[in-house]
Parts: sequence; structure tokens; C-alpha cells
Amino acid sequence: MEKNKYKDLVNKHTPNENRLYNGMIAFITGGLMGALGELLRQIYAYYLNIPTSEATIFMIITLIFIGCLFTCFGFFDKWVNFAKCGLIVPITGFAHAMMSAALEYRKEGLVTGIGANMFKLAGSVIIFGVVSAYTFGLIRLLLFGGVI
Amino acid sequence: MTFKYDNVYINNASTVAGPYEQKGPLKNYYDATYDDFYSEMDTFEQAESKMIEDSVSILLSKVGKTKFDIDLFISGDLLNQLVSSNYAASNLSIPFMGVYNACATSVEGLIIASNMVESKQIKNCICAVSSHNNTAEKQFRYPVEYGGPKPKTTTFTTTGSASAYLSSNKEGIKIESGTVGKVVDLGVTDVYHMGAVMAPAAADTIITHLKDTKREIGYYDIILTGDLGVYGRDILKEYMKTEYGIELKNYNDTACMIFDTDKQPVYAGGSGPACAPLVTYSYVFNKMKKKEYARVLLVATGALHSPTMVNQKLSIPAIAHAISLEVISE
Repeated sequence: MEKNKYKDLVNKHTPNENRLYNGMIAFITGGLMGALGELLRQIYAYYLNIPTSEATIFMIITLIFIGCLFTCFGFFDKWVNFAKCGLIVPITGFAHAMMSAALEYRKEGLVTGIGANMFKLAGSVIIFGVVSAYTFGLIRLLLFGGVI
Repeated sequence: MTFKYDNVYINNASTVAGPYEQKGPLKNYYDATYDDFYSEMDTFEQAESKMIEDSVSILLSKVGKTKFDIDLFISGDLLNQLVSSNYAASNLSIPFMGVYNACATSVEGLIIASNMVESKQIKNCICAVSSHNNTAEKQFRYPVEYGGPKPKTTTFTTTGSASAYLSSNKEGIKIESGTVGKVVDLGVTDVYHMGAVMAPAAADTIITHLKDTKREIGYYDIILTGDLGVYGRDILKEYMKTEYGIELKNYNDTACMIFDTDKQPVYAGGSGPACAPLVTYSYVFNKMKKKEYARVLLVATGALHSPTMVNQKLSIPAIAHAISLEVISE
């Protein structure tokens, strides 16, 4: 059988992913994460009497900590599997990606295991995050002179 | 290439399985099961190696032999450098050959051993395979705790090990013939759809086997492929029909038998080198002993998947080996 014909046969027997349902789940859980973040930010700003810009950092640290802790407890992967991008896109996803890799390689030594493999998943996020920040920063500088 | 055997028998076999298989439909057929993925070891890799050792020691006690009585030990698994098999072989200290054909490893081992037993080069042989869900995830996919979303066509690597004891003593199950398959690649690049990768290889080997032995498909009471999964099974059925005009009736796939795909979180079913033999050596042998099946064709299918080559934009080749198993006629 030719490759193209076989591809059609495979497609015929491949179930469609429920994109709408998955999207809705991600939209709702992602939204809840955003609301939780905002709530934390307001609470920190109010009770610690600090500017909201500083409270944002506190909020991010809290969410990263919770993400890492839940990954270590072993149930965050099940949440991610359910919520999909609702938990992967927010900062919790980044923390979870690093922590799960660290856990996976912890028996292979601090340097050769954890150190070498911790960024296995999250490494690309950092690289392309920095590259795109640089590119868009440059565009902003060229177009608007860095004013806005 | 098909070999015919007159004097090769699987005298006995043993199966040990992991926590998900323990909850599956064949739970009562295994010799031993483990409640967790570590099976009292430090790491998953060591646990997988221990599973091979456990299945071999159970097998030795079943056949009433010690390791010094065994001429050859053939074993394979999914991990780089076959570590699970190597470390098990190191502890067992039986003359050892490591084999790799991904999920077709079990039948590859049986064919090699059968040829040696048939030609009387060896008196007996133990053929083992293992796979472990977490070691396979770590090597081929993402860290276990990451739990990234997967499509429905994904198969779930089985955890466990299965061993068979082969000799020319006329007892147990007869190995009647074995067909060595060709590597087939129809351009599938989807690492989450191994059923689609392997179905053409399975079809090719089944057809070769039928041609070489001059048999009809109805000769066998059941044809088992391992491990195409729910969707791969449908693809193979249609592929056989459109390409060769053969309707697969007495047919099932071990990936769909080892787990309850409706109730367990295993997507399209089981996979891994241990999947086909875990089902065959436990449930199918049981049926054969009760004479419910007299002739079984086991077609183990392996996706020769390498993350490196897939990242280099190459498609995934697949292979299938077949072995014909018969109840001994009195």
C-alpha cells in the first residue's frame, strides 16, 4: 500500500480529540488560576501593605511553590492531565516541568542527574522566552524608541 | 522466512506483572504481581531488572531446575543498552544473549531459542522479556510526574516480565513454526500512534507466514497480535481486507486484553515487550491447556522507535515476528 493511501486509512481509524471540551476545561481552569493569582496579589498588597507590583512577585513565588509541592506529593500530574493547558500555560506549568524532571533524575546524582536534566523540559521555554523577549524588545526600541 | 520445528516445546512459563495489570481483566492468571512500581527496589530501572529475576526464579521452581541446569538465557527489554536484562543476567549467571526488537522481542527470543533447541545445539533455554511503564516513559517520553496530556491513540506500556522454558521434552505447548518478519515503514511519524506504525508489519508477517506454510487464515483458532491497541487493531483488520482480501475473524490484540480499556486509564491499551507474552503465557496457555484453543498464531509487533530519529524527522519503522503454538497431539 502506498504511504498516502495508508495515511488515509490511519486517519479513518484515528479518533478525533475533543478539542472543544479540552479547550473549555483549559479555559476554565486557566481562568481560575488567573483569579487565584489576582486574589493572592490583592491579599498580599492589602495585608503586607506593599505596592501591587511587589505583591505580584510574592504571588508568583507562592504559585511556583504550590506547583512544586503538589508535584512532589505526586498528584499534580493527574491535575495537569485533566486540566491540560489550564495548568501548563500558567507559571505552575513551568514549575511543574522543572520539578518533575528533577524528581525523575534525583537518583542519578546531584550534578549528573538533577543538575543536568532539570531543564530538560523547561529549557526550551527559557531559551525561546529570552530570544522572543530580546526580539520584541528590539522591535519596540526601533519602532517607538523604547518610550512606551 | 519461516522455520518449521518438530521437537521444540514450551514446557512451562511464568509471568509477573505490575500494579495496573493487577487490576486488569487477567489479574488471576499471573504468577505474581507487584503493588507498586518500585517492587522494593530503589529505582524503576532496578525494579524492572528485579522483575526479570523474579519471573526466572519462579519459572525455575516450576520446572524443578536450578540455574546451573540452564544452557542459555535470552532476554530483552526496551531500555538503552538492555540494562534490565543485562543486570538480571549478571545476577543469574546463565550464558546470556540480549535481544532487541522493541515489543516483538519476546517472539524474536523464542525463534532464536527454538532454532537452537531444534538443532540440538542446546538442551534447554529460558526466554525472558520485561517492560516497565515508568522506565519507558522516562526514556521515550516525558518525566513520569509530568503527566502531559496524550491523545487517545497512545498505548500504555505494561509493567512486568514473562519467561518461558524451552526444551525438546514433549510437554506443555508445542512451538510448531516461527516466521521472521521484515522491517516495514509506511511513513507514520506519530509517536502517539504506535498501532498505526506497527499494523503493516503485522499484516506483512501474517501473510508471509500463511504463504510459507501454505495455510488459510482459518487454520488458526485465534490469531493474536501484540500490541496494536484498540485503533491499531481496526487499522490492521481493514488493511488486511483492502490489501490482501483477508478477513480477520478469529483475531484479537493482546494490548486490548491485558487492560480494561473502558475502565482503566490506559488510552488505547497496553504495549511494551512484556504485553504479548504476559497475555499469552498466562491466559492463552490456560485456554490451550483446557483445549479451548488448539492452534494459536502469536504475532508480536514492535515499533522500532527512537526519539533521536523521530526528532530528525524520520518516520518510525516497525517489525513483527510470528510464532505458531499448538496443543500437543496425543
